[in-house]
Amino acid sequence: MARGQTPSQTLGPFFAYGLTPEQYGYPLASIAGPELAGDDASGERIRIEGRVLDGNDEPVNDAMIEIWHADDQGRYPDAADPRRANTAFNGFGRTGTGTDPAHRYWFHTVKPGTPDDNQAPHVNVVVFMRGLPTHVYTRMYFSDEIQANAHDPVLTLVPEARRTTLIGQRTEQAGHITYRFDIHMQGDRETVFFDF
Amino acid sequence: MTDASRDWGTHPPFIAPSYRSSVLRGPTKPLVTIPRRLSVRTGPVYGHEAVGALDNDLTKNAVRNGAPLGERIVVTGRVLDENEKPLPNMLVEIWQCNAAGRYVHTSDQHDAPLDPNFLGAGRCVSDPDGNYRFYTLKPAAYPWGNHDNAWRPAHIHFSLFGPSLATRLVTQMYFPGDPLLGLDPIFMTVPETSRDRLVCEFSLDVTEPEFALGYVFDIVLRGDEATPLEG
Repeated sequence: MARGQTPSQTLGPFFAYGLTPEQYGYPLASIAGPELAGDDASGERIRIEGRVLDGNDEPVNDAMIEIWHADDQGRYPDAADPRRANTAFNGFGRTGTGTDPAHRYWFHTVKPGTPDDNQAPHVNVVVFMRGLPTHVYTRMYFSDEIQANAHDPVLTLVPEARRTTLIGQRTEQAGHITYRFDIHMQGDRETVFFDF
Repeated sequence: MTDASRDWGTHPPFIAPSYRSSVLRGPTKPLVTIPRRLSVRTGPVYGHEAVGALDNDLTKNAVRNGAPLGERIVVTGRVLDENEKPLPNMLVEIWQCNAAGRYVHTSDQHDAPLDPNFLGAGRCVSDPDGNYRFYTLKPAAYPWGNHDNAWRPAHIHFSLFGPSLATRLVTQMYFPGDPLLGLDPIFMTVPETSRDRLVCEFSLDVTEPEFALGYVFDIVLRGDEATPLEG
């Protein structure tokens, strides 16, 4: 006998002391934060950062971003992936856009590998905020993976003109690698969001 | 078996003009449908090690110099999928305002008192039968700026991962008989046929004598895909 799904509701503006307490200075331990990889995790160290922009191109200061991605060998740290990931890597990050003066989010992690030769490396991104009744899923691909991106079975489902909204742009400064990934909720550059 | 997709007849639309802040924040272009591959059939795993001893008792987990003020309640229910399979070992996170209608969050400027002994955040992990249980205080209604004389009905925010990233759910639980429900643009963003799934039920069986009223709120997540794609 089937039972109907519980409907989604907005995260609202006051999530921080419950979901991202350490980042915002509330007296509760966080279950997750912006650091995904311990010192022993293998792989190329990267920073992912960006903003969430509304229909007026104003940065959103009360969004919560979650990411989930594979380790540098393309393995997910979950029993549903029988290969398992290295234990210094937990694959999951969560952060809010309310503590940076420019309302950026950021994560420190390792660049993911890919589970097979067909797929390009990517980071799952989940976006929640006040004013968004149901969360949205997107993906960040990597600007330095041009060949892999060209054949990725998900990217190729996206109209070509919109694929750029899914590419994190790589920069290197003093040995630090950053991928810039802004999420546009609306407008000409509206980010592609997925259903699955 | 269901096909386990997000049921868009159940969930609110991205933009609901009566909920003003959705107008500039919801996506306007259609979602792109993609296969449900390993990348979202996996998800973060949080078990009992992630939860502290008092994390499921919001009447105790932030006490400084005495008990927090308000009506103690029990909130319990099952986490299950849409095929009614109970989901054990699922992290449930909640947050809410206090019994006066004030959130601890620094950006809440409502002129109602904070309670030094109440934070309003908790979490627990579902047991082998999918049951979760919280002790907390009944949250109050509070005003907000959506329209003239707008008041949110009393509610508790819930966040669950479920078995995978695809089953992620953030929602709000409301209380039965609240006259504000029909006036609340956030509650009313939900299609009429599924709204009652967000309203808990009073239960005398769950009510603890001489201690606290009991409410039951089951949470139903998307099911497993019948024939998962490899990779």
